[in-house]
Amino acid sequence: MGTKATPGATEPEPMTVSAPARPKGGGLARFLTAPTIGPLVVLLAFCAVFSLSTRTFLAPGNLSLVVQQSVIVGTLAIGQTMIILTAGIDLANGGTAVLGTIVAGKLVAQEQNPVLSLLLMLVLCTGFGLTAGLLVSRLWLPPFIVTLGLLGIITAITRLIAQGGAFPVNDELLSWPGNAFAVGDTSVTYGMIIMFGLYVLVWYLLTQTAWGRHVYAIGNNREAARLVGIPVQSRLLSVYTFAGLLYGIGAWLALGRIPNADPNALQNANLDSITAVVIGGTSLFGGRGSLWGTLIGTLIVAVLRNGLTLTGIDPLWQDLVTGILVISAVALDQISRRRQR
Amino acid sequence: MRMIISRATALCTASLAVFSLFFAHSAQTAKAAAGDQILIGLVTKTEVNPYFVKLRQAANAQAEKHGAKLIARFGKFDGDNEGQVAAVEDLISAGVKGILITPNNSTGMLGAIKKARDKGIVVIGLDTATDPPDAVDATLATDNFEAGVLQGQYARKALGDKTPKLAMLDGTPGGSVDTQRHDGFLKGFGIKEGDPAIVGKAITHGAQDEGQTQMENLLSAHPDINVVYTINEPAAEGAYAAIKSRGKTKDIVLTSIDGGKLGVEYVKAGKIAATVMQFPKIMATKGVDYVVDYVKTGKKPSGFINTGAMLITDKPYSGLSSKDTKWGLENCWGLNGLSSFSRFVAQVNEP
Repeated sequence: MGTKATPGATEPEPMTVSAPARPKGGGLARFLTAPTIGPLVVLLAFCAVFSLSTRTFLAPGNLSLVVQQSVIVGTLAIGQTMIILTAGIDLANGGTAVLGTIVAGKLVAQEQNPVLSLLLMLVLCTGFGLTAGLLVSRLWLPPFIVTLGLLGIITAITRLIAQGGAFPVNDELLSWPGNAFAVGDTSVTYGMIIMFGLYVLVWYLLTQTAWGRHVYAIGNNREAARLVGIPVQSRLLSVYTFAGLLYGIGAWLALGRIPNADPNALQNANLDSITAVVIGGTSLFGGRGSLWGTLIGTLIVAVLRNGLTLTGIDPLWQDLVTGILVISAVALDQISRRRQR
Repeated sequence: MRMIISRATALCTASLAVFSLFFAHSAQTAKAAAGDQILIGLVTKTEVNPYFVKLRQAANAQAEKHGAKLIARFGKFDGDNEGQVAAVEDLISAGVKGILITPNNSTGMLGAIKKARDKGIVVIGLDTATDPPDAVDATLATDNFEAGVLQGQYARKALGDKTPKLAMLDGTPGGSVDTQRHDGFLKGFGIKEGDPAIVGKAITHGAQDEGQTQMENLLSAHPDINVVYTINEPAAEGAYAAIKSRGKTKDIVLTSIDGGKLGVEYVKAGKIAATVMQFPKIMATKGVDYVVDYVKTGKKPSGFINTGAMLITDKPYSGLSSKDTKWGLENCWGLNGLSSFSRFVAQVNEP
């Protein structure tokens, strides 16, 4: 990743500035031919299997649960999608969110102002996104190494602050995303609404604005993007910084889901979010993919876990199936890439 | 492009068909069996640790004995609260009558546990208490203070009438299990914190390498150490290496606590004088019994239920009840000599 687009690379590639080739047509046609369709088929098929094989899968309370269980990884995966679209990767997103929860959790435990604690959490996570963005866009360091290093730094800071403890969060504001209201006989949490809102917002930015087209173009071919006048450095910086803000919001959703700031939490969130992005059909090589695919990818993993518990099947099957889905998704991406040339 | 998409869809559909068949089959058997079968959920910390594998196997066997079905779930790593919360929620959806849980964090699971209890599900903590303890209906666990007392009593007897020079290899400061074992040892040994007989204390995080380093340092500072407390057997193994390289194995009484297979083997090999064993198997079988009992009679267990601790040594002293390593190896919880380190770390993470 990232290597093919180092400045001065001479790999010949078409100088596309627009988003990857898409058939012209109305919204529906566009949707049906989008890379999202494969993952969607998988999701619906799993839902069908579990609704037929259990009596409880389709219960409204259960479906709400599946979405609630997706909000943290689902939100972190939005930032991950943006970064992967630029041919980058972020290994530090879960760690950043955990640091946010620890800082905010410790502050409210010391009876500091909850609004300020929340803001500090968001600012801090955004700051780490900015740091990663600066290192990637100004020093041209590989995103893998930058975020791996940052993950170590962030984890160490988290543990230094936490000193081996966890902080139960009783504050109403910090745990607010976990509050639910009833819609019919299902319950909806504010965290779910925040997550869906972020998906709509970022989908809009990625597909309906020049900024979004630049993101795709940079991922497709950074050098070409630079040559046609796209401000590559500032676009990359904005992507990483915005992703940092999303991780801060993810931290808030995490406190809503489990009102307990634990330095050991979310250790796999970075890989889980990459899994969601990849299953969702976004190319790890950048420039191709859709944000809705990421949401579907997140839900596929959650539906598998929930469904396997309802049927009482050993949960290790979940990892096995997820692994197969990841490899299939990447294989499909490679096949279609080769055909496009 | 269109071609690719149709291929992609075909591939997905094909692989799905295979999975669907498999799941549908397994699920059908599950459904068929689930008529009025009692469903019991078990949520452990991780699946990488032999202690929890033993817990799950024992619970599974006991559930089968009752004709009940155990659905086992676990966190992915020590501290995976999100995974455990999701597991509890899924188990509620699955319609279990009782949930046995070893929480990763003593406060992290409170919301999910309350949800389950509000639905009339009996929730029993295994191995680790919640904070507050009455968040669950009952807790089945080792009384680590009492276990520490056994260790201390043995160390005192084994020392005879020599003047004690005690080194204490602790886990992590502030951990609840750590504190209980430490304080229990001192009580059993018959001294108080701050007694001049304690010549040195060190933090090992329950790890073999740190146990060795710290013991080397302590022996350099106090070559006259003659009795050693260790928080678990990996730390004791490390301490033994340090003691051996100083040629002091004859002069030092090395004691430990936990009762993993590895630990019992150290005792058998004469590296550790004695260890104190805990019984995850009893936690699991009693937990399953309580849930079945609750379904049949409506009676819920309550409070802290001690699953006991046993001194394991091949050099017994009169007046101290103990079992030999043969019994120990038959009743211990380890597999393939893996260390209990990760479980230990999980325990000391509770503030």
